[in-house]
Amino acid sequence: MKSTGYREHWYSGITDAVGVFVPWSRNYKTIASRRARTGFLFMLPFLIGFIAFLMKPLVQSVVMSMSEISLVPGSGYDMKNVGIANFNYALRVDAGFSGSLVRSVTKMITNTLAIMVLSFVLAVIINGEFRGRLLVRAILFLPVILYSGILPDIENTTSTYKMMAGVAEEVTQSGGVNLSQGLQDLLAVSGMGAGVFDFLFRLIDSIYEIVMSSGIQIVVFLSGLQTIPQSMYEAASIEGCSAWECFWKITFPMICPLMLVNCIYTIVDCFMRNDNEVMQWIGQVMYSQGKLGPAAAMSWLYFAVAAAFIGISTLIIRKGVGMIHD
Amino acid sequence: MIKQPQKHLSFAERNRRSGGYLLKRRAGETAVSLVRAVLLLGLCFMIIQPLITRFLKSVMSSEDLYDNTVILLPRNLTLDNYRLVFELTDMPVSLLNTAWICAMISLCQVFCATLVAYAFARFTFPLKKLCLGFVVLLIIIPPQTLQVPLYLNFMNYDLFGIFKTILGHPLQLHGSIIPYTLMSLTCMGIKNGVLLFILMEYFKGVPVSLEEAAYVDGCSNVRTFVRIMLPDAFPIIASCFLFSFVWQWTDEFYTTNFLSGYTTYSSAMSGLRGRILGYYAETATGAASGVSGVKIQQLTAISVLVCCVPLLVLYCFTQKTFVQSIVMTGSKE
Repeated sequence: MKSTGYREHWYSGITDAVGVFVPWSRNYKTIASRRARTGFLFMLPFLIGFIAFLMKPLVQSVVMSMSEISLVPGSGYDMKNVGIANFNYALRVDAGFSGSLVRSVTKMITNTLAIMVLSFVLAVIINGEFRGRLLVRAILFLPVILYSGILPDIENTTSTYKMMAGVAEEVTQSGGVNLSQGLQDLLAVSGMGAGVFDFLFRLIDSIYEIVMSSGIQIVVFLSGLQTIPQSMYEAASIEGCSAWECFWKITFPMICPLMLVNCIYTIVDCFMRNDNEVMQWIGQVMYSQGKLGPAAAMSWLYFAVAAAFIGISTLIIRKGVGMIHD
Repeated sequence: MIKQPQKHLSFAERNRRSGGYLLKRRAGETAVSLVRAVLLLGLCFMIIQPLITRFLKSVMSSEDLYDNTVILLPRNLTLDNYRLVFELTDMPVSLLNTAWICAMISLCQVFCATLVAYAFARFTFPLKKLCLGFVVLLIIIPPQTLQVPLYLNFMNYDLFGIFKTILGHPLQLHGSIIPYTLMSLTCMGIKNGVLLFILMEYFKGVPVSLEEAAYVDGCSNVRTFVRIMLPDAFPIIASCFLFSFVWQWTDEFYTTNFLSGYTTYSSAMSGLRGRILGYYAETATGAASGVSGVKIQQLTAISVLVCCVPLLVLYCFTQKTFVQSIVMTGSKE
């Protein structure tokens, strides 16, 4: 039964929310309102920064992607609306964009899958007890420090120094026998479809990059593994579970929530790497060719693709986690 | 009857008594250890090897570089290459610049991120869900999308027309450090969304009873934050500072766009190739005009090594702090 004086209209939520800040409203002096005001003040730098340095440039970027820009020296720039001509240019006319976009997305998908699988396996391995465990953990986290920012780009150009990654080309150049190339040739000769194994071979050749990109993921999985109580495994082994069953029935379901976090982080990391083909192409269009409008359109397309992938993978993982937890 | 103490049985005897199970189990464990050792050894080698190769090749002189019989261990040690790279990257200045810029920017970022993360974790206020959506947007949007508008914005910086009325023309903020400091102070710096996320997860894990006890004892909201939350959060704030420092140190995007007035080490590294070619073109004598690709690679590798060494030293001392923050994030899921 509602008490008198308690007004419940359809707009009560809104008026209560606004009334937190309005001194003469009915809920201004409540404790909840006071906390809400303090919280809002704490959060204010982020809101200001977001609106000034992200919202405004975002809107400007959208406007730019739909206009033709010419720089007027001395007082900024001059814009002229051309509708979706820039997008048309980026997708159909521009020489390198669509190709590098497709290649970049393919690489991102394969790398993400490989990184997730590899970091999970490594986390499970490191979780066991063995000598030198702390040292191995420290070394496997090292790429986070040493392979960020500008360094992957430079490492790709100094191939003599990454023996493992560049070994395929080096060995073939010096006339030696390359294991993966030999295997590929053998499979091609024996008549099996090359496309099936193409994916695998591409993964094997890029194992350096995959290992170097999985530092943080390994530690996240490791921390999740450490929260699983040992008593569960003991109970399971008493009931007669083999190690394989223990893994699939205990470890895997309890780690599934962390997979979402890791997957999103991996995709975002892949997209923002500096040695990304698409990024370099956009940079080249922007600075050497001077076409700012098409460059903005290209970066918007790239972002749209990234957001789509993050959304798809979130849906897939949530569905998968829901199914497993039934 | 007094029980006789067990004699120490041999392995074969124990194996026989268990019906052959002991041998199988020991063999399985040894095999697993062996496979695990090989795998981990290979991975660790893959990660450490570039560092070692770079270091050994960096002290090689030119004869050793072109000598095919010298693979890793140099015969003629020389520090000339270091001297050359130091000169070409404006060494003490750029490294010191990078150090103080990184420290200052990281401080700003962590300061702002702590405040905002505490607000998101412990308070409910209007528009909170919308702002959480903004945080997700902050993590997802690549900074390159906003590169051009931000650059143009800061070229003609004008806050609601104030500067135009006072000075007569908008501010030209293009080489100074103010734009980037402003961005870091408002949670828009490098990878700030990830920092926010880590700190948010930490603050969500602090028990509510602590805050309630503080409230009962008469602490205001701000005082609770400063006197109770912050001291406990110090380890994770330290690790966030380290993360931010490391990301900023090797970052190239934000430094070239927003800090172009300062010689930072990462911008020196990205321009190194051009400078090497320029240097050799200037000092070329008759026979040795131009510079080979191998030499360029050696000098670039030295610059990478010099960039990595401070980070490695930092990592050696603070390795636990780095991992700790992520462990906390993961265990709260």
